[in-house]
Amino acid sequence: MAGFLLNRLVSAALVLLFVSLATFALIWLVPGDVASQIADPGASIEELERIRRRLNLDQPWHLQMLSWYGNLLRGDLGQSFLLNRGVTEAIIERLPVTLSLTLLALVIAVTLGVAAGILAAVRHGTWTDQGIMAVALVGLSIPDFWLGLVGIYVFAVALGWLPSGGFVSFSQDAAGWARSMALPALTLGLTQIGLIARITRSSMLEVLSQDYVRTARAKGVLPFKVIAKHAFANALIPIITVTGVIVGVLLGGALVIEQVFSLPGVGRLIIGAVLRRDYPVIQGGLLLLAFIYVAVNIVVDLLYAWADPRVRYG
Amino acid sequence: MAESDAATLEGLAQAERFALLRRFLANRSFTIGFCLFLLVVLVALSADLVAPFDPLRNNFRYRLGEPNSVHLFGTDSFGRDILSRVLHGSRVSLLIGLLVVLLTGFFGTLIGAVSGYVRRLDNLIMRVMDGFMAFPPILLAIAIGAVLGPSLMNAVIALTIAYTPRTARIVRAAVLVVREAEYVEAARALGAGHARILVRHILANSMAPLVVQLTFIFALSILAEAVLSFIGVGPPPPTPTFGNIIADGRNYIAEAPWITIWPGIAIMVTVLGLNLMGDGLRDVLDPKLKDGTRS
Repeated sequence: MAGFLLNRLVSAALVLLFVSLATFALIWLVPGDVASQIADPGASIEELERIRRRLNLDQPWHLQMLSWYGNLLRGDLGQSFLLNRGVTEAIIERLPVTLSLTLLALVIAVTLGVAAGILAAVRHGTWTDQGIMAVALVGLSIPDFWLGLVGIYVFAVALGWLPSGGFVSFSQDAAGWARSMALPALTLGLTQIGLIARITRSSMLEVLSQDYVRTARAKGVLPFKVIAKHAFANALIPIITVTGVIVGVLLGGALVIEQVFSLPGVGRLIIGAVLRRDYPVIQGGLLLLAFIYVAVNIVVDLLYAWADPRVRYG
Repeated sequence: MAESDAATLEGLAQAERFALLRRFLANRSFTIGFCLFLLVVLVALSADLVAPFDPLRNNFRYRLGEPNSVHLFGTDSFGRDILSRVLHGSRVSLLIGLLVVLLTGFFGTLIGAVSGYVRRLDNLIMRVMDGFMAFPPILLAIAIGAVLGPSLMNAVIALTIAYTPRTARIVRAAVLVVREAEYVEAARALGAGHARILVRHILANSMAPLVVQLTFIFALSILAEAVLSFIGVGPPPPTPTFGNIIADGRNYIAEAPWITIWPGIAIMVTVLGLNLMGDGLRDVLDPKLKDGTRS
């Protein structure tokens, strides 16, 4: 187990090194002169010089890289042009919104997806199965941000049940928070149910055809117990894998959903930065979300070891 | 004798092709998906003939107009005809999807084949691919699109970079299996060179998972293009794309929901067709793969 964990941590460290390098290099992709892209048209030469100095662009690349990594190790992601403050603070301030949105959507997607997948597998070949799979496939084909806009039209404009956007912090007003997060979390979660339902179904179908399931049934184990204990426990690995993938999709989706519902999260920060070419914020946000994703993947690996003893001892 | 043998072989190959075609047609997912997608493609190709209006023409006398017999899908804040914009938008969105599929297919195959065939490079290449895969794809595409600037080609480049690593990994996995096959050993024993073995024998037999993957990438690209355009890093307005039309409609969701609704339904039909086709292709070409292997 220790060896397995060490192995995973080393490869995660390598990935993080690459991720930070790629993020650093991102600014090199900017076509033309970076400073004149950031500055207002008609900015003076001194103004452009000042921007270059702030981004360290006046230095040779190895010094730029040295200061990038030096600052990174101190948790400093640079200064935002737009907000006139540290990128790190700005991100940390907005992180709870993005993380709670992603987490809520994940809970919705996993519980409903697993339930639908198990139901489809148990009722294999019936109308229930085909109906669930058809809905799952349609769900996979819907753009989540569009579903959010339709949700706003139906629940906020037409019915008036929920706010059309905006954020209420949990500590101020818990009920208001729940109302402000309900639609965003639902739209984000709903589009991923299909993927989890499909993988749960196919994994369950494979396990349900195994000899030990037949044995369990033959010796009179209650049907519910066969499904929950014998079958589902052994069908977990692919479900865990796809859940790890979905966390990435949800993190990316959260950025856009925040934009749709005007939630003050990292996504709106990054998209605002994208539109106004605030490169330090784009780099910082990208790096942080990639770090979170890598951390999630380590957790997924640990879950494998928990779900499958062969991984632990293999 | 040799000639009739060749004729028999050709006949067999043809029979096999027919059998494959029959298996496709017998697959319900594939048939339905193919028809849906074909419909979208035909509509996109004939947009000039079918669209009732110029998708860029303003009409300030009928702004945010409700759907009626002249404007079937209504009009937007410039009085532009939504039906015409969706029809022309399907053309731009499909073009982006197609280019991403072609480029991802090319680079994914190249990187995957080299990685799977040249053992010394395998570890290095795959670690770099892991690094790219540490970014959620849509986030990577947004960042690259943002840095390159909003344009159709930049959106294609951003999405290609986002989806190539996963495709390369799939091609590599297929190559690793096929390279150990006996017919590859036979070709080598007959003195075939590396290039010939790789292209004629290994790649030719590793295509099934690639074709399945590329169908899903087409679907993902259509969805991702909409996201990129929606947040302003796709082809710049007034170019009609599905995402641009939805972005226009967002500000008028209360007064004119039709601007938003129709392009979303167009995306859904296109992506559903591609997903169904992908499922069908996978069932027929590659029965070992299961639901959810795409990512």
